[in-house]
Amino acid sequence: MNSDTHLDGNSIGSLLQDLFGREMTDQRACCDACGAINPLATARVYVDAPGHVVRCAICGTVVLVAVTVPTGVRISFQALRWVELAP
Amino acid sequence: MERTALRGRLTWLEAEVVQLVQETARVKTIVFRVPGWTGHLPGQHVDIRLTAEDGYQAQRSYSIANANNNEHVALTVEAVENGEVSPYLVDELVAGDRIELRGPIGGYFVWEPSLGGPLQLIAGGSGLVPLMAMIRSQMSYASPVRTNLVASARSWEELIYRDELEKLSRERDDFDVVYTLTRSQPHGWNGYGRRIDKDLLAASTFAVEEAPLIFVCGPTGFVETAAAIMLELGHQPGGIKTERFGPSGG
Ligand SMILES: Cc1cc2nc3c(=O)[nH]c(=O)nc-3n(C[C@H](O)[C@H](O)[C@H](O)COP(=O)(O)OP(=O)(O)OC[C@H]3O[C@@H](n4cnc5c(N)ncnc54)[C@H](O)[C@@H]3O)c2cc1C
Ligand SMILES: [Zn+2]
Repeated sequence: MNSDTHLDGNSIGSLLQDLFGREMTDQRACCDACGAINPLATARVYVDAPGHVVRCAICGTVVLVAVTVPTGVRISFQALRWVELAP
Repeated sequence: MERTALRGRLTWLEAEVVQLVQETARVKTIVFRVPGWTGHLPGQHVDIRLTAEDGYQAQRSYSIANANNNEHVALTVEAVENGEVSPYLVDELVAGDRIELRGPIGGYFVWEPSLGGPLQLIAGGSGLVPLMAMIRSQMSYASPVRTNLVASARSWEELIYRDELEKLSRERDDFDVVYTLTRSQPHGWNGYGRRIDKDLLAASTFAVEEAPLIFVCGPTGFVETAAAIMLELGHQPGGIKTERFGPSGG
């Protein structure tokens, strides 16, 4: 969890687009642990082969995990209270 | 590009290398022609996917360096020592080669005319790439917003796009650039010669009263430092957009 090595939500733009079928990095999400509401682009992303761990930028709680398995990419929703889809 | 182009699924496209430009000893700009490209906004990036003969795949993100230009997508890549993907792109690709790419990706770290200005850009190393796309786009508009760039590089030799930046700052009233060279400075250098700090950014960026739109990009440590300083100087959190490229090369 070295603060110099993490990325941010911009780096999972394509993963989120695969998941939601649209651009998502500028959409707001709410952390279930601390209630912070921020664009997904601002989340901290830790690249931990073979996957990505997405943490709330405010409290550090894991909100989303994406792991590549032989059958595809498995996305597990963790402390993500909601995601907004602006028109 | 229409906002609606940000919708829908991304598909892998075949991109052909049409031009290679040596930017610095370790950095090249690779221009691709991408049939089926739908256009892009400055700040967006692409995914590159390399597939080995045994089927192993490696995927990385690279920012788009050029302003929207038909089917052309320019990437500027720094060869990271022992990297899996970047040395291949910089040292092995030749004109005519084809690789897989998908995009454009991103809707947050982008500039669109509706956002207005002035535009404050802060770049560390290859973090200059998406900001250069913003500068190039601005300079192609009939009424650009005032744009100010702070560019940090290890040395003058390692500063990408330096001739173009020099030319723009000489010729345009609406564009300014401030450099800081953190490792070594040319003889007689009168710019900054240290890592960014509060004094440096206070002296070389738009004042809080001008309410600039701030884009910060570079190695993660650089981005964290710059964003924290801009907040400290009194800029609104919502006016500061950041993009982290990962660990610094040093
Ligand atoms: C949204 C986004 C946009 C990006 N745009 C660009 C761009 O325009 N131009 C560009 O050159 N890069 C860009 N990057 C970084 C790029 O995606 C790769 O991380 C980088 O090219 C290294 O990949 P690699 O496979 O060569 O190295 P890897 O095999 O992934 O890593 C090899 C070694 O290098 C270190 N390393 C990893 N990344 C970096 C880095 N960025 N700098 C220094 N050392 C590193 C690793 O810790 C490891 O020790 C971007 C990253 C993101 C998330
Ligand atoms: Zn939180």
